[in-house]
Amino acid sequence: MQRRVFVRDSALALVTMGLSPTFLRRTALGMALPQGARGKILICLFQRGAADALNIVVPFGERAYYGMRPAIAIAPPSRSAGGIGAIDLDGFFGLHPALAPLKPLWDRGLLAPIHAVGSPSATRSHFDAQDYMESATPDNKGTSDGWLNRYLATSRTCEQCAATPFRAVAMTPQTPRVLQGSAPSVAMNSVADFTVRSGGAQAAQLEALYRTGSADLIHGAGTEMFEAVKMLRAANPQRYQPEHGAAYPSTQFGQRLLSIAQLIKSGVGLEVAFADIGGWDTHVNQGGATGQLAQLLGDFGASIAALVTDLGDRMKEVVILTMSEFGRMARQNGSGGTDHGHAGAMFAIGGAVKGQRVVGRWPGLAPEQLYEGRDLTLTTDFRAVFAEVASRHLGATKLDALFPGYTPAAMPGVLR
Amino acid sequence: MRCAAPFLALVVAGCSSALPRPLPPSPAPPAADLRTQTADQQAVHALSRLTFGARPGDLEAVHEMGVDRWIDRQLHPERIDDDKAEAWVRQFEVVQKTSAQLESEYQNPGALVNQLSARNTGGLTRDDSLLLRQARLNLRRITEEVQAARVGRALLSERQLQEVMTDFWLNHFSVFAGKGIREQYYLADYEHRVIRPLALGRFRDLLGAVAKSPAMLFYLDNWESAADSARPRLVDPRSPVVQRAVRRRFPDAANPQSPMAQQLQRRLRAGLNENYGRELLELHTLGVDGGYSQQDVINAARALTGWTIAGPRQGGGFTFTPFMHDAGEKRVLGRTLKAGRGVEDGEELLDIVARHPSTARFIAFKLARRFVSDTPSTALVERAAATFTQTDGDIRAVVRTIVTSPEFFSREAFRAKVKSPFEIVLSALRALDAAPDRTARTAQVIAGLGQPIFGRQTPDGWPETADGWMGTGAILNRINFGLVLAAGRVPGVNPMAFPGVESLRQAPREQQVDAVVQAFLGGDASSVTRSVLLTGRNPLLDAAAPSDSSASMRPTQAAATGRASAPVPQLRGLAQVVGLALGSPEFQRR
Repeated sequence: MQRRVFVRDSALALVTMGLSPTFLRRTALGMALPQGARGKILICLFQRGAADALNIVVPFGERAYYGMRPAIAIAPPSRSAGGIGAIDLDGFFGLHPALAPLKPLWDRGLLAPIHAVGSPSATRSHFDAQDYMESATPDNKGTSDGWLNRYLATSRTCEQCAATPFRAVAMTPQTPRVLQGSAPSVAMNSVADFTVRSGGAQAAQLEALYRTGSADLIHGAGTEMFEAVKMLRAANPQRYQPEHGAAYPSTQFGQRLLSIAQLIKSGVGLEVAFADIGGWDTHVNQGGATGQLAQLLGDFGASIAALVTDLGDRMKEVVILTMSEFGRMARQNGSGGTDHGHAGAMFAIGGAVKGQRVVGRWPGLAPEQLYEGRDLTLTTDFRAVFAEVASRHLGATKLDALFPGYTPAAMPGVLR
Repeated sequence: MRCAAPFLALVVAGCSSALPRPLPPSPAPPAADLRTQTADQQAVHALSRLTFGARPGDLEAVHEMGVDRWIDRQLHPERIDDDKAEAWVRQFEVVQKTSAQLESEYQNPGALVNQLSARNTGGLTRDDSLLLRQARLNLRRITEEVQAARVGRALLSERQLQEVMTDFWLNHFSVFAGKGIREQYYLADYEHRVIRPLALGRFRDLLGAVAKSPAMLFYLDNWESAADSARPRLVDPRSPVVQRAVRRRFPDAANPQSPMAQQLQRRLRAGLNENYGRELLELHTLGVDGGYSQQDVINAARALTGWTIAGPRQGGGFTFTPFMHDAGEKRVLGRTLKAGRGVEDGEELLDIVARHPSTARFIAFKLARRFVSDTPSTALVERAAATFTQTDGDIRAVVRTIVTSPEFFSREAFRAKVKSPFEIVLSALRALDAAPDRTARTAQVIAGLGQPIFGRQTPDGWPETADGWMGTGAILNRINFGLVLAAGRVPGVNPMAFPGVESLRQAPREQQVDAVVQAFLGGDASSVTRSVLLTGRNPLLDAAAPSDSSASMRPTQAAATGRASAPVPQLRGLAQVVGLALGSPEFQRR
């Protein structure tokens, strides 16, 4: 992949280069990075609100599943007529029918669901659990930075990459917890919106307001922003239209994934991308093969499938990892929905993924097999999945810094 | 039962006989000598924290009255005339109506779909679709009017602290307009008749009013939480008494296809929903580290079963439904709620959590964080928590402890808070003395900066600290807001209509800069900011290579054609000074 150098200013560089025409020339000329950068990309997608794993990767081979979810269970594939049953994966697990766009990825060996995975913390609070998953320190709220930020701050795999402000990008209005910390990152709503709405000298005057050498949060964010805007303008990612017939949904999530694809193609040095999608807190009327959850999964699956199609061969270098703060109760509740539970499910997608298999030990759904008698039991710590992807895909070496106090007993075997 | 008139917060002491006798509040004497801010800073600071920003003339008024008297006046909004703001709100028909009125006047598009498809055995005709479209538009108007009323009131009100506290509690007890269609009927009641009247009242009254508000009952699902099938119910839902009462109260329910009948059936069958029980403990009272267990959450939820929303014909407000209530014994936070009781279960639960020491600390911490700094000192939080406990949760007394403290008037606290998007927009409009806009357009600008009104999906509310608001994308959006506003491109806002603008327009640049720094930046700008405002030039550019650099910001075709990101023209003169000031780092702080 082609990358471009971006000379990030320091206090000294500020004086000598000012608004650095040098960097613009380099950017415009597309000067390549020295080899050493691995060119690998990780895209993390967060399903906020606790997605109902048991109706997403459906254990249709488990009799207890149907007993506990009389009104909302997904029918087994064999009995399905007109596509209302689970999409068979391996004779025991199936995808929710609304995730049909992901089935071709399974068939091509690019997709591995990970089941009964999540946080060892017993919390059923969305906010705590999201915090723990993003900081990767369950039951420790004192961690100030997110695990992806710690990766960026400690990784030596890509020293030159630190010169791009787009090494880490969140397609979110605010910087998410997972990217908060000492290493810089960029948060934006879309590629198109990331511009100062003023031409000529005025933007430069505004920039001067933030380049005062002051080191506080506001000046830092301002300085980073102006650098990033200029670089993006030079790289012009919007000229990249979806390829290979990829059709992104017109939803916010779909459009955010399109923006991520454009950034990847424009060669601005993206290594870590993040986006999230809300609405998974289905306490009421979540529906079965159709309904509320199905609709959400339709958007989720079609958007991811479009991203994979669009990136084509680039998927060799890309791993997409989906996650949610916890799963939901094994039994449906009194409102045709599900309350907060424990273990959940993730998807790993990419050329490096050992696909066409469901990763993780299945704990079963019999009463004595449930966590606290009500939820899916955890058999894979989410940090083990993160650790495998960080080390074997991105090349992280300091796993103890990424996951303080945690050493995975074994890698879950998500990657080839 | 609680006091019969829950909104009369000021006289509540007389009707809450169950309360432990509150100690007389002990207002610490204003420790003026411990304050490390200058007198000028104190006035600027008080305005920046207790209001949504200073208007022209506000600073002089604070100086004239003295900052302590001014704060005391703000702590007693009932003593401040607020005709202008009240007249503003009165023009919004939606805000004057109860949720039941709204529910009967603004047809629910969901119910309408059912009706129309039942009549037509399936598909919708073209006329049906038009009807449906109209119903959806009408419904959207409710939320838009609530938003416009809120922005205008925050802009105009003389009771600024009451507005700031309303914002604080709406965020603490956050609800989400997008929860479902019905939530939108409840928003006006929630803001205007639950939160604002009690914003400086007693915490237990506020908590109780929230717990009984349809807005919260619906948002956190408690309205349909009922005893699990294994638990005894206070009244058997199948008993003839209940069935007769149901038929009498809900005549529609006789038709099994009617939405009312389906809703009733759901309530009869329903089981426990823990959502509100959990957030009550985690977010509304004790705080997540307040010392409760999963069993406490379940039992809190059981105590609140049957707390639900009456049908529109029954007034649409709170009602307790015995046939949904779990009649078993419950243990919560070490206390036992006896078996066989009804609505008293929930009331006692609210008494317990409102007076829990963790609640005093949690509320004190959140208020200190809002008013003083992102990391308030333990000493201040402890003192505020002590006030909370001594006064049995008198919010006014807790706020007084905080905003008269030496910590509040410390140099460290000056300009230490980063504004939220709501505060960014409101402080800009107030500095310009702008007239409010009757439409929801200003609210949409606030939403574009990341904080839609009643738009927080999760019940934790918007961030209250800098790191939640400040990032690369956020600063870009804020700078763009300043440019667009100064260019007169924010619909409904004329940036060049403030008092004295005509003479200022003609004034020398230096005088313009002084006036703008005074109005927007509290009279305080860094030398770099002042120099950029004065010269309209970039000092770094002049030092480096000026010929090359302007090319860097030339809009590309993509940016020029982008819908949301079309550039504004080069600003000149006074408008340029205003645009640069609004985009400055100083303006991000309060």
